[in-house]
Amino acid sequence: MVKLNDIFVNRNKKSGNLVKSKGKEVWVYILFGIWALINLFPIYWMFTFSLKSNGEIFGENVAGLPREWLWSNYKRAMAVGNIGRYFANSVFIAIVTIVIVMLVSLMATFALTRFIWKGRKQMNKFFMLGLTIPIHASIVPIYVILSKLSLLNTYSALIIPYSAFSLAMGILVCTGFMQDLPMELDEAACIDGCGAWGIFFRIIVPLMKPAVATVSIYTFLQCWNELMFSTIFISDSTHKTLPVGVQALSGQYMTEWGPIGAALVIATFPTLIFYAFFSKRIQESFITGAIKG
Amino acid sequence: MKKLYSNKLTIILFILPALLLFALILFAPIFVSGYYSLFDWNGFGKMNFIGIENYKELFTSNSIGFLKALGNALLLALLSVGVQLPLALGLALLLGKGRKGERAFLSIYFVPVLISTVVIGQLWLKIYNSSYGILNAFLRSIGLDNLTRIWLDRDTALGATFVPILWQYVGYHMLLMYAGIKSVPVQYREAAMIDGAKEGQINRYIILPCIKPILKISTIFAVTGSLKSFDLIYVLTNGGPLHATEVPSTLMISMLFLRNRYGMGSTIAFLLIILCFAFALIIGRMFKDKEED
Repeated sequence: MVKLNDIFVNRNKKSGNLVKSKGKEVWVYILFGIWALINLFPIYWMFTFSLKSNGEIFGENVAGLPREWLWSNYKRAMAVGNIGRYFANSVFIAIVTIVIVMLVSLMATFALTRFIWKGRKQMNKFFMLGLTIPIHASIVPIYVILSKLSLLNTYSALIIPYSAFSLAMGILVCTGFMQDLPMELDEAACIDGCGAWGIFFRIIVPLMKPAVATVSIYTFLQCWNELMFSTIFISDSTHKTLPVGVQALSGQYMTEWGPIGAALVIATFPTLIFYAFFSKRIQESFITGAIKG
Repeated sequence: MKKLYSNKLTIILFILPALLLFALILFAPIFVSGYYSLFDWNGFGKMNFIGIENYKELFTSNSIGFLKALGNALLLALLSVGVQLPLALGLALLLGKGRKGERAFLSIYFVPVLISTVVIGQLWLKIYNSSYGILNAFLRSIGLDNLTRIWLDRDTALGATFVPILWQYVGYHMLLMYAGIKSVPVQYREAAMIDGAKEGQINRYIILPCIKPILKISTIFAVTGSLKSFDLIYVLTNGGPLHATEVPSTLMISMLFLRNRYGMGSTIAFLLIILCFAFALIIGRMFKDKEED
């Protein structure tokens, strides 16, 4: 089966041998170009109309670059649409979720890979089931519990379910990295007088940076884009996340495309920036999640 | 060392947070949903046990239209397997050859997967907008005025919502398949070329059998993803107009939060989970049989 490390190492190896006729090559690149256009055009269009007036968007200049760069659209999205607040909410929820997922999955992985006990393989399998469980199952029971505990419209209403649903991925990635750490490290620390917690926090956790990065990015994307839980569990405007806020804004101000476009850009650019820096890691995390699931 | 790593109490302390989150948020709700599905319940009043009446009503009542919604989801699954996956496979095969710039194209094609479905939904709403949308503007500009229409009305809404759903995840499947293709040892390909195999033959007899596990995963994701589909339909049409684009998830949400039928909502949720697991098993079986031939 696929061994992950090889995927990106193999690239371009012996590429000269594998590609033949020149004429055909041109067509392949034209095809690539067209598909790239189909993928990027909506995003390009979003960036341009977020800076245009309705006059330009609705006829004078539908697809071109904005003639007059209307940054006021962004101000309006912030002021009227409360997008700044929703942005902060989304950031807060994502960060807390990432911290919880990291801590809990590192701890669980530590118990699963370092300790010797009966049933740890089964336990690992049990956690991996989490990769395939759809969130649909949880909607009603969690909604009922949240409303009984009056936790609807709070940050925890989203943070707890998000953490639970990202945990499987966290454990999967951490296991891969933690298994590669030699046991000699633990032994040395043990001789120096470290207990289990000491080994965990002083030796293991600091060495898990690559795993932390991968899981954090993956969890961030899950939280940032999630819609079903956030629409249902959050209805007051102080706790709305970006997706729900953008939805509300475009429902209220249907004809003001400029500010809506600005809100869409605000909701998208953090993801794109992350992707620009960590594209390989992000792609790898999606591959890992899929193949093990 | 051994003593340190077999201390029961430490193991429990390390694994407990993960186990609790998992059991309470991911697993228990499945059974609770199954339990709720046997009741007539409005969410706060008394729960009346009605056995399998919800299931009977779901499959026989025309006013709920569950079969229509399920049919829509299955149609989406069919299109996903029949259009989205072949497209992804074709691109992955072309990209996997070791051409210049393949990583750049790969990264571009993955962008839509990362963008929030709300943003994508809002963009496509604007693409489809009948007066100002870019699709109609484009048709007018090339003189095809007679093809312009209200894309999200009853006749074309289903197709119009399917296009962005299929479009968004081509890149995802392509990435998985590309990873699979890249993990096929270059020597296989070279050996086949020396034996005079054509490109089509290499793809058919060497690459495809090697990436079968990935094709299985992609098929399972495409089908279960279609059954669960929610976000884009919720943003684009919310199941309308006149239930034309209803899928089980949108139906579930409207049962819960518009009609306060928690029992019925749970029934749909529970059926969806069963269907997803069933399809995953069946597809897994289908791929296995072929492997043994």
